[in-house]
Amino acid sequence: MASDVIKTGSPPERSNKIQTSRNEKVGRFFIYFFVALFALVCVIPFVLVIIVSLTEEKSITINGYSFFPSAWSVSAYRQLFSRSSSIPRAYLVTGFATVVGTFIASLITFGAGYTLANKQCRYRNGLSLYFYITMVFSAGMVPWYMISKMVGCYDNIWALIVPSLMFSPFNMFLVRNFVREVPDALNESARIDGAGEVRIAFTIYFPLCLPVLATIALFYAIGYWNNYFNCVMLINDQKNYNLQMMLLKIQSEITAMSKVAQGATRSNPPRESFKMATSVITMGPIILLYPFLQKYFVKGMVIGAVKG
Amino acid sequence: MSKLTAAKEPRRRVNPIKELWRNKFLYFLALPAMVYTFIFSYLSLPYIAIAFEKFNYKTGIFSQFVGLKNFEYFFKSSWAWTITRNTLIINILFLVIGTVCAVALAIILNEVSAKGFLKASQSAMLFPYFISWVIVSYMLQGILGTENGLINNIIVSMGGERVNFYSQPSYWYPILLILNIWKTTGYNAIVYLAAITGIDEGLYEAAYIDGATRWKRIRYITLPLLTPTICILTLMSVGRIFYGDFGMMYAIIRDNSSLMPIAEVIDTYVYRTFKNTGDPSLSMAVSLYQSIVGFILVFTSNWIVRRKFPEGALF
Repeated sequence: MASDVIKTGSPPERSNKIQTSRNEKVGRFFIYFFVALFALVCVIPFVLVIIVSLTEEKSITINGYSFFPSAWSVSAYRQLFSRSSSIPRAYLVTGFATVVGTFIASLITFGAGYTLANKQCRYRNGLSLYFYITMVFSAGMVPWYMISKMVGCYDNIWALIVPSLMFSPFNMFLVRNFVREVPDALNESARIDGAGEVRIAFTIYFPLCLPVLATIALFYAIGYWNNYFNCVMLINDQKNYNLQMMLLKIQSEITAMSKVAQGATRSNPPRESFKMATSVITMGPIILLYPFLQKYFVKGMVIGAVKG
Repeated sequence: MSKLTAAKEPRRRVNPIKELWRNKFLYFLALPAMVYTFIFSYLSLPYIAIAFEKFNYKTGIFSQFVGLKNFEYFFKSSWAWTITRNTLIINILFLVIGTVCAVALAIILNEVSAKGFLKASQSAMLFPYFISWVIVSYMLQGILGTENGLINNIIVSMGGERVNFYSQPSYWYPILLILNIWKTTGYNAIVYLAAITGIDEGLYEAAYIDGATRWKRIRYITLPLLTPTICILTLMSVGRIFYGDFGMMYAIIRDNSSLMPIAEVIDTYVYRTFKNTGDPSLSMAVSLYQSIVGFILVFTSNWIVRRKFPEGALF
């Protein structure tokens, strides 16, 4: 990705209709230079992580983190997927929570957003207020914890799916604003043709709303994938840890381990490279889905900004 | 349903039962979200009582009433000032410098005419936004770590002494600011870029023909027309100024007590008192303090936006 950015850094300049002055040219050079530089800064840490994950542990101990390691190795990845590793399980937990959570959340959100946008529904303003209030006032962490526990979202997979992640009023308003833009005539003509409420919602509006649905689904999916708060608060059993929580734990464990090991024997299981390899596989799906993600995120932001 | 009756509707009194029955399907669609919001938001309101009690797990929210004792304890401790100050400083830094960077980036991106280059660089800039703070904390260790971090490697190779960044608070406002800018600028610039793209192209052409330089076009066309958007977004963020970013602060600072004097924010403090002392009452009191001040700020800023920029009000 980085090399891509550099290559395109010298753009094919076509002279404008009017002769550009020297100043303009210098200005343009700086603009391209700056954009390329910032883009590079944004991706370089990821390159570092990937390189370190593939570096032999000894090389890290001697030379520290480096873009040009003296020896390569995939042992960190081998350890990651070894039989005793707890990472694959955490991967499944995160994956399950993300898929199931995103699916339910998107449905719930679409339902509410659709209703709020529908002019038939006379209580829509009252309902909007009902949801809006929760956006400006929240009682905080303690009630949240107690309620989650009360409804049974504690130390099981549902704790990673239901509390606070499964519905966001913000996304609902995004859907509402999108549905509002659909011309009323569509609704009316369907009604005249004899379509029922259910049919109008699912065969007419639902397909039209696919872009906004993709956007909110991605918002939710990223929320689930990157969440560690629920795990920190509501999970005790290590069996139910998700990936992000594993990462948090590995780091503090390794810090503790290295403190103990200082001065003692210097037999090194891959620690640093193991950490980075775990990061790499945690980022994996995001990198793979990135083109898709970017497209709909930008779309969603623009819907929110223009209509918002 | 014709448009005529639809227009009259708001004035007539509605029979609730009739209305619910007639639109039963619509209300049914909204029901899950309503129930969810009720459970996780409205049901949490009674728990606020805990802030005024000496909490006991057996009696729950009907524990012994102690009045404002928890608040008194909190406001008398030095933490009250520390965490309020830290939250405000960090958020104001992020807000002011973050906005400047995002606007600047949007303006600069708008000047880029090569499509492929624009797309590639935007992809790169947006990427950090999708990555969790936990992974960012790993990267940060790779860069700042004392034993084998990049910066310390460079310092040592130039003959300097290793710097232990993780034990020196004075470095951390800049570090947190850079992290925040690195992670969110590409994302925040999108909104501004969309606003700039919405500006009438004719204005730029006219200015160009009149001989306005690039800088003049930015200064006298782009910036003034962008001001409403900047004001709206800034005001909205001012409303959130009392809420720290737990996801970021906890992942980066963790339980590092030497950084707490400058990096402990209200949210992490609430978490820590809850987890470490196991006393929900004190936590709840601090949380309520945050909620009330936060509510006033959010409400006021939304109100101002609605008054001044009716087209920009969110809801």
